[in-house]
Amino acid sequence: MSNFLETISSRSDLITEAFFQHIYLSFVALAIGILIALPAGILVARYHRFAEPIIGVTAVLQTIPSLALFGFLVPLIGIGSKTALIALVIYALLPIVRNTYAGLTSADESIIEAGRGMGMTPNQILKKIELPIALPVIMAGIRTATVLTVGIATLATFVGAGGLGDVIYRGLQSYNNALVLAGALPVALLAIMFDLVLKWVEKRVTPKGINNQ
Amino acid sequence: MIRFDNVTKVFPDGTKALNGVTVTIPTHKLTAIIGPSGCGKTTLMRMINRLELPTSGEIFIDEQAVSERDEVELRRSIGYVIQRIGLIPHMTIEENIAIVPEMLGWDESRITARVDELLELVDLDSKTYRSRYPFELSGGQQQRVGVSRALASDPNIILMDEPFSALDPISREQLQVELRKLQKKIKKTIVFVTHDMDEALEIADEIIIMREGQIEQMATPDELIEHQATDFVRDFIGQDRIARRRDFAQRTLEEFDELLDETWVGDYAEASSMITVQEAIDLLADNSNKRIAVKRNDLIIGYLGHHTLLKAAMKDREGELSV
Repeated sequence: MSNFLETISSRSDLITEAFFQHIYLSFVALAIGILIALPAGILVARYHRFAEPIIGVTAVLQTIPSLALFGFLVPLIGIGSKTALIALVIYALLPIVRNTYAGLTSADESIIEAGRGMGMTPNQILKKIELPIALPVIMAGIRTATVLTVGIATLATFVGAGGLGDVIYRGLQSYNNALVLAGALPVALLAIMFDLVLKWVEKRVTPKGINNQ
Repeated sequence: MIRFDNVTKVFPDGTKALNGVTVTIPTHKLTAIIGPSGCGKTTLMRMINRLELPTSGEIFIDEQAVSERDEVELRRSIGYVIQRIGLIPHMTIEENIAIVPEMLGWDESRITARVDELLELVDLDSKTYRSRYPFELSGGQQQRVGVSRALASDPNIILMDEPFSALDPISREQLQVELRKLQKKIKKTIVFVTHDMDEALEIADEIIIMREGQIEQMATPDELIEHQATDFVRDFIGQDRIARRRDFAQRTLEEFDELLDETWVGDYAEASSMITVQEAIDLLADNSNKRIAVKRNDLIIGYLGHHTLLKAAMKDREGELSV
């Protein structure tokens, strides 16, 4: 234990830098992931014929082992945070696309029918009916993607993008268990913390009248 | 006035939902469209606000073809109530009712006043319910909101697609009675799809009976009970219901043949079994004869006296009660 605390204080520069790099990678990847996946999810919910192929492709990407994906990208793009971000974005896509699609198509048919019958345009139906109803499900997808991204960002170290993986990797190379732990623990804490924060946000954004049903 | 002119609808899978329907739905009346499932009644109604498009033919509202109107604008000008109610769960009752007025750009004070007025019209206390969410209301209350939502922008035409059939029997009956009362007040052109004959007879001014994409008969409830255009209509309404609904005095002796006495020694007048109870009463009243010899094909099938009519009246009443 004292060994662990000593390691933390002596390597605090390294750990702090890696910690912020890790957050940076995860956040940027998530933001880009959401920007791509949310519209994609809305698109496939409206044009069902695209649903199978798009969700299928994201599912295939997801099955590529993460280390292998980083490996594939290096010869194509080289090393650095760009490579790491691309890989992380790819992993974030599936849960968000899938949940957006599932959430948007989960709205009760009769509610959509009523909306149409009252003269709502497709965009009004999306904005006023489908999105609010889908919001909790979409948020759950973003939560899954977040936890996933924070975990996988640990591998960014192998493409020279830093992050807490650096700390773990150095610890492993120098048989320094305390250092491994000093890298691994913050990753776990970050994942748990993001999960809790997003869970709270999810509760907050769930429209009244839906969560009690 | 809503006029269907030779309207045919064939669905992409080849089913013919409507087959050359020509009919006029009168203004300010409640017209029920009824028929077995798959007869095209819902399709017919959904064409009025262009939720369904005809394969051929045209629908006119006040002599303007609906195909020439913008579908969004058209739908906003027509109230719409569906069986599964379809209140938007994350909107309060007030917000639900305000959907169409808001889309039409009413100002806030006008909407607020309208919501109050409408909730009162459907017998819901505005203070109690306006800021509640749909899930906090019973099915019957939700459909009251559904009806007031359809009335929100004061449309001339209201379409109702089996609006009460998902409700429990008590709420259903209440809402039927109230719709009747409401209609007396608001005098809208209401098109009401149902599969429940009693409901149609209870609430409608006009009933359209459909079968396999065609109209079998259009008549008022009274006319329909008096005269059925086809065997299908007779079967669809049902002998029981026809007998039950008919005025006792207008029923024929034929319907009470098992109540007749087999023998009678004494004076009698002869009459056909096809005369009505009213005619029998008249015969017994202006004649000192105590009995009527009831004849079918010129054969006396039995004798009828005052006591027979009393039994018949009781049977008639029983039929009503046993429903």
